[in-house]
Amino acid sequence: MNAFIAIVHRDLLLVMRRKSEVLTALFFFVIVTSLFPLGIGADTALLRKIAPGVIWVAALLSTLLGLQRMFAADYADGTLEQLILSPNSFTALVFGKIFAHWLVCGLPLVLLAPVIGIQFDLDAQSLKVLMAALLLGTPVLSLLGSIGAALTLGVRGGSVLMSLLILPLYIPVLIFGAGAVYASSVGLDITGHFSLLGALFILALAFVPWVSANAVKIAIE
Amino acid sequence: MTAINSSFPASSASVLEARALTCIRGERELFSGLDLQVFAGQCLHIRGENGVGKTSLLRLLTGLTSPESGEVLWSGHSIKEEASEYHNKLLFLGHRDALKEDLSAIENLRLYAAIDGITLSEQDAFASLWRFGLKGREDLPVNCLSAGQKKRVLMARMLTRGAQVWILDEPFNALDTHAVQELQDLIAEHLRGNGLVVLTSHQPLAIPGLRVLDL
Repeated sequence: MNAFIAIVHRDLLLVMRRKSEVLTALFFFVIVTSLFPLGIGADTALLRKIAPGVIWVAALLSTLLGLQRMFAADYADGTLEQLILSPNSFTALVFGKIFAHWLVCGLPLVLLAPVIGIQFDLDAQSLKVLMAALLLGTPVLSLLGSIGAALTLGVRGGSVLMSLLILPLYIPVLIFGAGAVYASSVGLDITGHFSLLGALFILALAFVPWVSANAVKIAIE
Repeated sequence: MTAINSSFPASSASVLEARALTCIRGERELFSGLDLQVFAGQCLHIRGENGVGKTSLLRLLTGLTSPESGEVLWSGHSIKEEASEYHNKLLFLGHRDALKEDLSAIENLRLYAAIDGITLSEQDAFASLWRFGLKGREDLPVNCLSAGQKKRVLMARMLTRGAQVWILDEPFNALDTHAVQELQDLIAEHLRGNGLVVLTSHQPLAIPGLRVLDL
């Protein structure tokens, strides 16, 4: 547990020392989502309709921007070898890295979502649903993304390959996350969407850290 | 100097052993049927030309890679089966320094103490850095240190880690003559405390209890 906290603390400290990399991903999210209302104009009915999809797609892409960093730096300077040789469980350490990635790349999206949603003329109820869906969905994005980041370690042109590997895996999260917001805006029941998002989250939480840890070990060999 | 390095129990079981190791990189067989034994208090110096498989052998001994055939044993148990127990006793320093450039020397030490599951008091952490001439540089980001000074941070880590088995890949690179002597003293001290060391180096070493393996 100490090692888990230490690795989360370390990753957050490294982000604080080098803020630009993280801010890039967040600005990307804000800019992309702001371009749509500007480009489409003041057609509020249309904006409300496309809002869930646009915001979720932007969230997927900005998560992807931060993923490359998850293991690459530790791989390059030999830290990953040290983590594997730690007496603590490597899976727990990898989970710490995934958690730190979510704190830095996922949580801010949840907090920014209401501001972005206002640009799309979403009502208060939809904003709440959007935040809740992102809160449940973005950890899944970080978890699934870690598999891609681990599998493409040390591969030349890895970031493009990673996008191709990971984006298809994001489709269920996109469907149910955006679907929940849309359903809420037209007054349908949203519990189904949330149950499925929750199921995805639990499944990913149970298996992904282990899968990623083993993928990293293979890359190190 | 503070005596952080505690002695390890002098049980006859503390032995690192390799049996019939075969290593293949790409298409080439680097070595096959390699046997070795290193007992507590001994230092094994692995020599050989570039590309002969020194680093590959060290990585096999740490368990980072698996041999094509053969096995590595710690105290008679396979390091694959009792990985956590072995890792508890192991310090491996590869040719990349594994220090975080944006963090200071002291932060790096604290981080590794947490990851290695050891308790490291502030006093010991500072004392270990001071011993290797890093007084006044504890809080500088590591990217402000020279290559030799980074190695000194690693020497502080060797001192504080409390591992019985040290596996060191080219530990003498980038060190000045004074630091080379300091590192040899540190290794000798570790051997006296019942530690064991496997290292690669291209320079002749003066360490008591040294054995040489030519690959």
